[in-house]
Amino acid sequence: MNHVVTFLADGSDWINFDVGALRDQFWNDTIEGLSQGSIYALVALGYTLVYGVLRLINFAHSEVFIFGVFGAYFTFFGLGFRPGPTPELGAGELILYLALALIVAMLVSGATAVVVERVAYRPLRRRGAPPLVFLITAIGASFVLQQILFIWRGGNQERAIRLMRPQEVFTIFGASVTNLQIIIVLASIVLMLIANTFINRTRLGRGVRAVAQDPDTATLMGVNKERVIMLTFLIGGLLAGAAALFYLMKAPTGASYQGGFLLGIKAFTAAVLGGIGNLRGALLGGLILGIVENYGQSVFGGGWRDIVAFVLLVVVLMFRPTGILGESLGKARV
Amino acid sequence: MALLELSDVSVHYGRIGALSGISLTVEEGEIVTLIGANGAGKTTTMRAISGIRPLSGGKITFDGEDITKLRADLRVVRGISQAPEGRGVFPGMTVLENLDMGAYARKDRKNLAEDFERVFTLFPRLGERKSQVGGTMSGGEQQMVAIGRALMARPRLLLLDEPSMGLAPQFIQQIFRIITEINQQGTTVLLVEQNAQQALSRAHRAYVLETGSISKTGTGPELLADPSVKEAYLGVA
Ligand SMILES: Nc1ncnc2c1ncn2[C@@H]1O[C@H](COP(=O)(O)OP(=O)(O)OP(=O)(O)O)[C@@H](O)[C@H]1O
Ligand SMILES: [Mg+2]
Repeated sequence: MNHVVTFLADGSDWINFDVGALRDQFWNDTIEGLSQGSIYALVALGYTLVYGVLRLINFAHSEVFIFGVFGAYFTFFGLGFRPGPTPELGAGELILYLALALIVAMLVSGATAVVVERVAYRPLRRRGAPPLVFLITAIGASFVLQQILFIWRGGNQERAIRLMRPQEVFTIFGASVTNLQIIIVLASIVLMLIANTFINRTRLGRGVRAVAQDPDTATLMGVNKERVIMLTFLIGGLLAGAAALFYLMKAPTGASYQGGFLLGIKAFTAAVLGGIGNLRGALLGGLILGIVENYGQSVFGGGWRDIVAFVLLVVVLMFRPTGILGESLGKARV
Repeated sequence: MALLELSDVSVHYGRIGALSGISLTVEEGEIVTLIGANGAGKTTTMRAISGIRPLSGGKITFDGEDITKLRADLRVVRGISQAPEGRGVFPGMTVLENLDMGAYARKDRKNLAEDFERVFTLFPRLGERKSQVGGTMSGGEQQMVAIGRALMARPRLLLLDEPSMGLAPQFIQQIFRIITEINQQGTTVLLVEQNAQQALSRAHRAYVLETGSISKTGTGPELLADPSVKEAYLGVA
């Protein structure tokens, strides 16, 4: 039983209100939302880490991500794969190629993030620039990186290269769970656990937390602040690179120079939703955003998908201005 | 040769001068105290020594080497550690983690057990509260964390910026007793204090800082007996 409410006089569905579709699609939406949300979460961690340490929203992070997408794309290309039908690969071969693309994408994004920090932010820090200057610079860096891709590859989307076809592995309440979804969710969780352990359990990670909580005192303890900042950008970049590969494996189309923008904004939304500066907040925010977006799409129709994300953000911030978990990176503990 | 020597050190905040050419020395094994009114430049001096505030003039030598341009984190490696004004306890870290941060720069991080033991002997309260988060501790407890943390670096020179600030009287006594004890165990101490009475009676030597310049120096007892010091800093008319 579907309740389709139509608001336009000519009967076309400008907006739906189809609760039945949500009921039918609930488990599909949830599962797909988890895998999309894992990607948001990985990218959100980069925003959150940099914000935690520098109180800076690194708008260039969306381009750090998209550089990774190109890195993965051209790894496929370099391995001899071309747009067109999906090849039949053995499991071993497939894992090898994906691992290779993962490493390349992580290195490309990690390097991009570190270069942005070096070239754009460090000189400003040296001169003690005010926060607004950092913000403008971040936006500027984002455009510069986009334009580099545009000049190199032009405005057209690359044609998708696929290494694997999603295949159903098992079902939950009638909704199929594919191998692709499993790979993305599991790999994301492993990477986030590694990042979390690094930040909370190692000496260098403790240095990162110290700088986030009190930069001057951290320096008095012998922490090299500049090195911590670079490390923070590097970790954020590496995670964004992993997200880039998963995005490329999932996306219906190939890489595009502008492709980072919307994903970056959503990952940033996820970070704020969970509580920016909070590692677990980024994970939670990413997953919730991924899932709710899908529910919204089922209820209101496809065009409303992206709007749901931002309405959710506004509503949550009205009730919890610091996000769901709300602590800072400094205070976040396992 | 002095362990620490400041020669003609100036520091500016923007265009405003906070220190205008101060010179002082700290000999190995001493407790030296720096007293002065609010805004005299005591904290600025400590920040300059630790390297988190650049000099606009002058020179700092430590153990005979010029450290004027040395990066702040490397000064900790050389053996200068500080419990800063306001304590600077990391609010989201436990007592143990805070103390561990004190040893961050140490190369021999394998054998910290001894150092933890020493801190817990000096401050038994910290031993009882190892896993409490810094942000929830009382002011006095935070002060213990700050001092203990600075000790974890096994410093040759310990900088203490107003360790008695905001503490109850019996607690102030205790903190000063512990400072003397730390000194007797072999650590050189440079102590900034508002509590001039206590500081002067504990210190070997003292400097009086007045709006960015050293106006007086002498041994602790000398300054304790000095009429102008009595009037300005000891509340005796
Ligand atoms: N970050 C800053 N920016 C501008 N001026 C500053 C800054 N920090 C300190 N000052 C100024 O420098 C002077 C010395 O300050 P400092 O903190 O060294 O004084 P202090 O002797 O430690 O005082 P107190 O006893 O109150 O702690 C003061 O006039 C202060 O206003
Ligand atoms: Mg002060």
